[in-house]
Amino acid sequence: MDDLLAEFLTESNEGLQVLDNELVKLEQNPNDPELLSNIFRLMHTIKGTCGFLGLPRLEGVAHAGENVLGRLRDGEITVSPEIVSLILECLDRIREILAALEATESEPEGDDADLISRLNAAAEGNAGGAAAPVAEEAASQPEEGAAGEEVAVEVVAEAEAEEVETQVAPEEASAEVASEAAPENEPAGEPTPEVAKTAPSSPPVSAAATAEAKATKESAVANQSIRVNVDLLEDLMTMVSELVLTRNQLLQILRTQKESEFGGPLQRLNHVVSELQEGVMKTRMQPIGNAWAKLPRLVRDLSHELGKKIELEMRGADTELDRQVLDLIKDPLTHMVRNSADHGLERTEDRVSTGKSETGTIVLEAYHEGGQIIIKISDDGRGINVDRVKEKAITNGLASDADMEMLSDQQIMQFIFKPGFSTAETVTAVSGRGVGMDVVRTNIEKIGGTIELTSTPGEGSCFTIKIPLTLAIVSALIVACAGERFAIPQLSVVELVRASGASEHSIERIQDTPVLRLRDRLLPLVHLRDLLHLENDFTELSEEQEDVRRDDFIVVTQVANYSFGIIVDRVFDTEEIVVKPVAPILREISLFSGNTILGDGSVVMILDPNGIASVTGEINVTDKTEEGDQQEVAHAEDRVAMLLFRAEGSTPKAVPLSLVARLEEVDLDKVEASGDQRVVQYRGQLMPLFTMEGSEQPASDSGRRPVLVFSEQGRNLGLMVNEIVDIIETPLNVELSGESEGFVGSAIINDAATEVIDVGYYVNLAFDDWFGCGRHTTAEAGNGRSVLLVDDSAFFRNLLSPLLNVAGYEVTTVESALEALQLCEDGKDFDVIISDIEMPGMTGYDLAEALKTKRWAETPIVALSAHASPGDIARGREVGFADYVAKFDRDALLSSLDETIAEMRGAA
Amino acid sequence: MTHAQQDTGGSDLSNDFVTFWIAEQLFGIHVLKVQDILAQSKTTRVPLAPPEIAGSLNLRGRIVTSVDVRCRLGLPPDTSEGGGTSIVVEQHHDLYSLLVDSVGEVLTLAADAFEPNPPTLSPAIRQYATGIYRLEKELLVVLDVDRLLDYGRSAAA
Repeated sequence: MDDLLAEFLTESNEGLQVLDNELVKLEQNPNDPELLSNIFRLMHTIKGTCGFLGLPRLEGVAHAGENVLGRLRDGEITVSPEIVSLILECLDRIREILAALEATESEPEGDDADLISRLNAAAEGNAGGAAAPVAEEAASQPEEGAAGEEVAVEVVAEAEAEEVETQVAPEEASAEVASEAAPENEPAGEPTPEVAKTAPSSPPVSAAATAEAKATKESAVANQSIRVNVDLLEDLMTMVSELVLTRNQLLQILRTQKESEFGGPLQRLNHVVSELQEGVMKTRMQPIGNAWAKLPRLVRDLSHELGKKIELEMRGADTELDRQVLDLIKDPLTHMVRNSADHGLERTEDRVSTGKSETGTIVLEAYHEGGQIIIKISDDGRGINVDRVKEKAITNGLASDADMEMLSDQQIMQFIFKPGFSTAETVTAVSGRGVGMDVVRTNIEKIGGTIELTSTPGEGSCFTIKIPLTLAIVSALIVACAGERFAIPQLSVVELVRASGASEHSIERIQDTPVLRLRDRLLPLVHLRDLLHLENDFTELSEEQEDVRRDDFIVVTQVANYSFGIIVDRVFDTEEIVVKPVAPILREISLFSGNTILGDGSVVMILDPNGIASVTGEINVTDKTEEGDQQEVAHAEDRVAMLLFRAEGSTPKAVPLSLVARLEEVDLDKVEASGDQRVVQYRGQLMPLFTMEGSEQPASDSGRRPVLVFSEQGRNLGLMVNEIVDIIETPLNVELSGESEGFVGSAIINDAATEVIDVGYYVNLAFDDWFGCGRHTTAEAGNGRSVLLVDDSAFFRNLLSPLLNVAGYEVTTVESALEALQLCEDGKDFDVIISDIEMPGMTGYDLAEALKTKRWAETPIVALSAHASPGDIARGREVGFADYVAKFDRDALLSSLDETIAEMRGAA
Repeated sequence: MTHAQQDTGGSDLSNDFVTFWIAEQLFGIHVLKVQDILAQSKTTRVPLAPPEIAGSLNLRGRIVTSVDVRCRLGLPPDTSEGGGTSIVVEQHHDLYSLLVDSVGEVLTLAADAFEPNPPTLSPAIRQYATGIYRLEKELLVVLDVDRLLDYGRSAAA
């Protein structure tokens, strides 16, 4: 039998079982809204599932039943015994169809029109009138059949009566009778069991229904797989852990005894226990793909039903999830995918008319991140209409008009998670009853997860479900620091580096901040013992001891785009661990994501790399200046990280740290000459080496000298200096134009006049092709004019920013056209815009076009480009560039700015 | 099975207390709260945790958070070498072990020997004590486990 079908049968039988009980309870407490909503949900699930399995008959019956329940839930009709009986009858019909489905793997022929019409009548509020027809119709049905049928009916009825009495009657009994009777029955178009059920027991319908329920509930398919209570597994797991612990102790004892007759048996025990442990662990873990297995089919059918073209993309299906979690999220996921298809994606015509591709895409994605499982369901549909949500929430009485005024759009969207809310204008068979998102949230919160919704009108919605790894297994690296062991999730560990005085990697310090040179970059480091205040709390290590302790292990960790190293004392191995949540008392500590019990039975805390990254965020100077500062619209006055160093002369020198690719040391013996140029072999290339202007040759030809390495477009050049002093963050305000070549000017850094070197000058020397002409002598052209510099390359931003600053412009830099537009929106004004042409995303041309319609329409734009062909220039003129300057021609840039502004002044 | 805390009937356990000593003072907690008594066991210390958290330990595969009751009650740290004993209690499906100096016995106490907290009792203790039982030789302070472990409350206080 089809797996899907088998599972559906198992599930539906279980659902029906619960429904029976709940309905009986409902009859006793007709005013319990919780009970009603639960019943409604169960029915909704059954209906939903048969819908996509292609079982129209079943769906019809369930849909009608659900309708009645919906009415009941909304209080439009009241609960009465008649209605409950009717619903129970509906359940029985479903059950019969399921039984036939199980036997033949296809839906039995049959007509449910009478039942459906009675259900519909009940939904309209005519429940009282419906009771009589129940009996009548049921009684009349057998008569409609062929003459022989009467006999069959009796036989079946008898058989069933016996079953009910004995309670253990084998399934085959009824099945056999049914199949015997079936051929005779066909003219009636009604399968035997159904007739049998309705015929003898019409007056008290519910009594018969209950009896029937008992007879059919023990479905054969349900028996093929055993459903085990997760608590039982949990207990089993606990006991296995204990067994492991005991085994470890035994092995420990064995080790101290040279010869022991226990040796052999203990080894065997050892293996068995290991396998047992693995097995029990495995019983709980399943790839999330199992929960997704039904979805492609669901989406396919939905796509037909709704007349939309839908593509389902699934990523990360092998992400392992605890079985319990998996079970709990399966339904929510199904609901959400259905919702995305029904509400999220527009009709094909609508998509085409808004310029989207015909096919809507739903992306389902799962992955582990920082101790959590993230499941994303996103669509590229119409997004959530905040106004409609607002309106709906008010009409449904979920909030008042006044409340709404107080809420942000984001908060308003959250209303879709409230019970009884649905934005679909019409109730379709697929969704729109306001049951889905409510259930989704309840189920997810039940397992301690969260669900977030982001949505952009016209572009789509994205639901992010975060489920804590509470029950999931992760592989973790076990490390030790100050005598305590910790686990670090393997997923965030990039590599391990051993740092000692002797090895090629050693920890260096900039002031008190430890860093590590790792290949082509500086890696910020944190000491786990500092982070966790281990020294103070636990082992008292004296200063000297710390100095002596030179052998450190560095766990290179990556969180999002931020890499850092965690210094630990020892590294053990990796272990599969079951993450357990920490006690509520300890949840405040962001550095831990949980704790776990290791194989040897000891408890260790699990470090949370995300927590560490956010706690140590401020040490991340280099990354910040490269990205953060620039993103946050760095004014020239803003603080910039500067690398201070000494070269020839007493004046300290400085260079923006972000321009420095690496710091290296070069052995002067290795320096070679290539023509007039000194070079050194570096990473398989020849790297030209320069010294500060004014110094002919280094005083000695041997020893090591620090070198600042600048890098752009894969080419390196080195600047030899005498000493690297410090890295500090300072407002960069270049005050004096340097009198000698190679300097941008002087600035006050650390209370001392410091010469800021012009990297461009050296780049120019090294690669003539970089700059078309020589050094520009600065002119006081700017007079405090404001310039917006748009360039995606940090190098050029850093290069041009001080240059323009020196020329008297007030410079604001952004790294993308979008950010520039944002500034425009924010009401900033500039005298002139300098924009790069080639930028990822929005190009300079696009920016110019976009600005034509904005407030900045009058602001001249000077375009920068690496290659200025006549075609480019023509196009530039077309979109409204005031001028077009080759990227490396700084003289041209400055004079162009000068002219542009002069023109402006003339025009104004 | 009733958890009749007010019931004074003799046969149920509602007036039975597990007693323990901390700093020469006798304390008691409800016997129904107690899951287990542990001798000193291997505890993993939890860095950055509040001082009263002595650490975590593994009790038959479940992680138990160990709370130093002495510290929680604002008493000076134990200077003796004894190491102490732990009383394991369950609260909201989490296990905690209460680290005490030594465990006494299980006492059934008559309701008429119960008195509310004297108002002069130190606030640190009064916060967690429900009242005092007058025993023949000494006084027994009844601690409320829920309050003792209600961390949010004390953090807010």
